[in-house]
Amino acid sequence: MADTASLPLVRAQGLSKRYGDKRVLSKLSFSLQSGGFLLVTGPNGAGKSTLLRLCAGLEGPTAGELEVGVERDELGYLGHEPLLYRELTALENLELFAKLYRVPERRDRIHELLERFGMWGERDNRISTYSRGMIQRVALCRVLLHEPRLLILDEPYTALDAAGCELLDAVLAERRGNHTFLVSTHDPARIEHLASDRLAFAEGAAT
Amino acid sequence: MSAAAGMSGRRGRGGLVGYLGDVATLAGKDLRIEWRARDTFPAMALFVLSTMTIFHFALPSGSSDRAAQGMLWVAILFTALLGLTRTYAPEREQGMFDGLLLSPVDRSAIWLAKVLATLVFLAAVEVVALLAFWLFFAHVGGAMIAAVVLADIGLCAVGALVAAMATASRSRELILPLLLLPLSVPVVVGAVGASVDTGTGKYLAFLALYDAIFSLIAWGTFEYVVAE
Amino acid sequence: MKKLLAPLDNAVGLAVLATVLIAVGTAMTFFYAPVDVDGLNQKIFYFHVPIALTAYATFGWGAWKALVHLWKKKPGADLESYVAIHQGTIFGALTLITGSIWAKLRWGHWWLWGEKELVLFLIIFLFYCTYFMLRYSIEAGPRRANISAVYALFGVILIPISFLAIRLATNYIHPVAFTKQGPQMAGSQFATFMVCLAAMWTLAGALYRLELLGKRLDLKIRELRELVL
Repeated sequence: MADTASLPLVRAQGLSKRYGDKRVLSKLSFSLQSGGFLLVTGPNGAGKSTLLRLCAGLEGPTAGELEVGVERDELGYLGHEPLLYRELTALENLELFAKLYRVPERRDRIHELLERFGMWGERDNRISTYSRGMIQRVALCRVLLHEPRLLILDEPYTALDAAGCELLDAVLAERRGNHTFLVSTHDPARIEHLASDRLAFAEGAAT
Repeated sequence: MSAAAGMSGRRGRGGLVGYLGDVATLAGKDLRIEWRARDTFPAMALFVLSTMTIFHFALPSGSSDRAAQGMLWVAILFTALLGLTRTYAPEREQGMFDGLLLSPVDRSAIWLAKVLATLVFLAAVEVVALLAFWLFFAHVGGAMIAAVVLADIGLCAVGALVAAMATASRSRELILPLLLLPLSVPVVVGAVGASVDTGTGKYLAFLALYDAIFSLIAWGTFEYVVAE
Repeated sequence: MKKLLAPLDNAVGLAVLATVLIAVGTAMTFFYAPVDVDGLNQKIFYFHVPIALTAYATFGWGAWKALVHLWKKKPGADLESYVAIHQGTIFGALTLITGSIWAKLRWGHWWLWGEKELVLFLIIFLFYCTYFMLRYSIEAGPRRANISAVYALFGVILIPISFLAIRLATNYIHPVAFTKQGPQMAGSQFATFMVCLAAMWTLAGALYRLELLGKRLDLKIRELRELVL
């Protein structure tokens, strides 16, 4: 790990993204060291989500370079969609992803996470019966399931109640330093103290 | 290079056994969702029965069994189309394509799982269809059943790929039949030929050839259809 | 040699060459090639078959460029593949029209399901028309390029498979002009045919270059506007 720690885990150079004629990202450059915590802030529609999707490899840039030094199974991504099947229960969803990610001792791991996020009692109910906040908690379990080296979290506090927010605070704080974070929020006050780097978006251009 | 290209995600995943395990996991997920929601299968079964009822009135008296057998294939093809429009419904409605693409599974495993799940639905519907055909119209022979099996494989292999193309398109349900029908002409030729003509063997061999070629190319190209 | 071939890489040069070849081909068809047992109506053969072969060639070229796009990620290959398929579809429509005229002259019907080539072209034509529907219903970008390329690859596989299927399905009544032994044509007929084929291929090449030029210009203008705005 020592040799990789000095290299940036995520590096962008002149990164641009356009959808048709609409320019979303324009000539963005930044780098994120392994173990760092990059906080991406800015108003709605400034391009935060697009940047995170690019870093997760869900889309390709229109121009520029983007290097992300992790394999797919070392990446955890939380987006606007919870990425859970609505017709399956929380347990079935996590079982599915644990199998696909080859999580060792998956039953114990799933139990531990659901317990931590206060969802163990709800494990056999379908996602479609959950409230938004409950779905977000299970979505966080899915992201953390395989303890990814790089965590890309897009507005992770969305829909969480006060207890949920405190829980997430604690989860992020205990992983700070061991994992690399790329987190977007429109309300930076909550996690500012964790950030090692910041990227503030105005309309389409980061400063 | 883009991030997607840098992440292969194929490290130490247990080779062929691991690959087939992923396929089984994903196909099992689709069958479980269908078992719960019961969206697709009842619709397909009702559709095929309704279509056959229509055929009864569309075939004037004195029409041969051969005409009826041709009609059966129209019914099967359209029923498969109906099922295929729902193939990626769970993924599309919940943005789950992202979820699957982020996971380290080989993309072609996603395709293979969809082919298998769709095959199960289609085979189940065809049990209903063939029984109804036997009751309403004419005898069902061994050659016909063999043709059904081989035609299903081809239809599902191609269908699971073009249905993924259709999810990227704004036209979705509208474009899927346009994509699938020209590609299914050879399947219809092989299947109807095997059902009505003498010399079944060459038609079945042709269907097997179609299955092999198109499965291979769909398997190899699916990754490009779903990811950038 | 390179200098000599330079016009072939240039839309205007190709267009001039195509005009000359078409003029020569037409003249040869009517004044040089002998009247066949089929009578005068056989003359359309010199247009119909070269046009059909040109359509196949452009579809093949489109698929090759599609493969280059998927395999080498070469920028611009997607556009080239699209333009080739566009030309192929135009020549495909012409094949259907000339074939239909031939069928009318020879057998007295505009459409014959027993005509394997015509049926094959109908299927292929439908397939490639959908290419445009598919392409224009997806947001421009890498995903659209990939999907278009995969579809183009399916096309070149579908052509021989459909050909086999139609052989299996229909009676064989199309006149055979070529056999495995070589052309069963008189030397003058063969020469005329080859000139017409060369004419159509140069015409397709010229149109391909021209459309590509226009499309690339479009892209450049858009990029410039992007810089200004």
